Amino acid sequence: MAWFKREKAGFDLQDKKSLPDGIWVKCESCGEVLYRKELDRLFSVCTKCGFHFRITCEGYISLICDENSFQETNAHIQSVDMLKFRDSERYSDRIKKAMTKTGMSEAVRTGTASIYGLPVVLAVMDFRFVGGSMGSVVGEKIARAAELAFEQHRPFIAVSASGGARMQESAYSLMQMAKTSARIAMLSDAKLPYISILTHPTTGGVTASFSMLGDVIIAEPGALIGFAGPRVIKQTIGQDLPEGFQRSEFLLNHGFVDAIVHRKDLKQTLYQLLSFFLEDAADKPLPEQV
Amino acid sequence: MPSQHKFVLEFEKPIVEIERRIAELRELSQNEDLAMHKEIERLELKSQKLRREVFSRLTRWQRVQLARHPERPYMLDYVSRIFTDFIELHGDRAYGDDPAIVAGVCKFDGIPIAIVGHQKARDVKEKLRRNFGMPHPEGYRKALRVMKLAAKFNRPIISLVDTMGAYPGIGAEERGQAEAIARNLFEMSHLPVPIIIAIIGEGASGGALGIGVGDRVLMMENTWYSVISPEGCAAILFHDAGQAERAAEAMKVAPPDLMEMGIIDRIIEEPSGGAHSDFDQAAVILRQALREELDSLMQITKDELVKRRIEKFCRMGVWKESV
Repeated sequence: MAWFKREKAGFDLQDKKSLPDGIWVKCESCGEVLYRKELDRLFSVCTKCGFHFRITCEGYISLICDENSFQETNAHIQSVDMLKFRDSERYSDRIKKAMTKTGMSEAVRTGTASIYGLPVVLAVMDFRFVGGSMGSVVGEKIARAAELAFEQHRPFIAVSASGGARMQESAYSLMQMAKTSARIAMLSDAKLPYISILTHPTTGGVTASFSMLGDVIIAEPGALIGFAGPRVIKQTIGQDLPEGFQRSEFLLNHGFVDAIVHRKDLKQTLYQLLSFFLEDAADKPLPEQV
Repeated sequence: MPSQHKFVLEFEKPIVEIERRIAELRELSQNEDLAMHKEIERLELKSQKLRREVFSRLTRWQRVQLARHPERPYMLDYVSRIFTDFIELHGDRAYGDDPAIVAGVCKFDGIPIAIVGHQKARDVKEKLRRNFGMPHPEGYRKALRVMKLAAKFNRPIISLVDTMGAYPGIGAEERGQAEAIARNLFEMSHLPVPIIIAIIGEGASGGALGIGVGDRVLMMENTWYSVISPEGCAAILFHDAGQAERAAEAMKVAPPDLMEMGIIDRIIEEPSGGAHSDFDQAAVILRQALREELDSLMQITKDELVKRRIEKFCRMGVWKESV
């Protein structure tokens, strides 16, 4: 055995995209070394190049909602491994690990909240939990959140971050696409607004269902958004993909998102849009810029 | 039974071999050779028995292979056998016409209906033109346009699903593949006319579901339906596309599995030996099932139909609720 052999094979890929602990953080896009406290204060966006670091579900909740206004719903719903699915590990173990790692019960949190005083129902996905994949629980929680918005006559806001449908639940997860879309259609028929926010990445079955059905669709800068993943497309067509393919700016150019909004402006933008949609909010003056 | 199989699956080989011998003997037995007739009869019984045996215990992977059998009947084979007065309607009125999806109007026992479905093809040129039954966004938008037309004039819709998936390409992404599928799910969930879905071959993922939301979802016996193709699942989760057979088993993609999961409503039998062994008989059985479902759906009021359809899909999935 050579003395210089690396002791651990490979790198720890699990937390590559989340912020490492430490005082300094290197920007994944431009390589700029950033002061962590400063980065936290500035919504985890690189001060030099504007790269949006991936943030957690909690990050979005505190970014969007009025302080302490978020009341979680359906946190008690958990996944079941009906198919006894096993790849490199058991699906049930994968879920347990994700729960321990994230402290979440599934890849989405839903609840009621307010945005500058306007009541909304909010669903926020988290990519750290099995790649933000949509299985029965994610589908069910999104559907119930939309239903709650319907019952309480509130606007619905969803923040997506997902690799797509969860393969380990096979056809059950496929049907979540139909389920969530059907609930969004109910909201639409009731003339309740639905704003969809796409973050990095939003692909597959999530994009091809509720995420792309917003009355208004907002994307974060530079997010990967698409139906098929770039690797699959590259393999299928046998060519390199054009620069910036399937990024937010590409979708904006092709007419599939309404606006690209910097994280620091997200709450304000949501408020302005909601005040367009809601009768009683239209007369209220805009709150001061945060 | 036609015995000139051009394409034979591994597990079909013993059956095809006997059929070949029967055909040979038939050719030889021009005169009244009693012994020869006896032999032919014996072989026919044997082939029937063997076929029943093989087809009664198909593995999930074998069903996937049958669903992809190059001689399997495709959408238009059924349309010409089941419906009359078919007129194809082309184009999405926005970008183009996608030959991977066929849409049109026709009559079903005299009842005007709209029909949509994926269309695969047999020869190379036609396969390329149809893009192997893998739609682009304009295909889904064309289907939606025709389905909305049906709803406007209060006509039921039948959708025949048979796809390896929505096409993963640059143009498809540029023109919003995800949005097109999402829009169809959204709209199909509340179109106020009966919608019957029949999976006649492959039911791969969003590409299938994009024309697959309806009041009744039927699957022919030798088809598959799941969130991703067995190859796709194997490539991602097992890091080896060659493990498709294992993935098909793990994902439980066969009709009885989907019945158990509460995702489909009915399994449609195929002729012994699979739909490809007898197009006409396969169409007769499919027709019968579609007719029965249509008759029962036409009894339901519009509001009730939509309500039940939404509830049906909202029930799907498994989860536990701890307190």
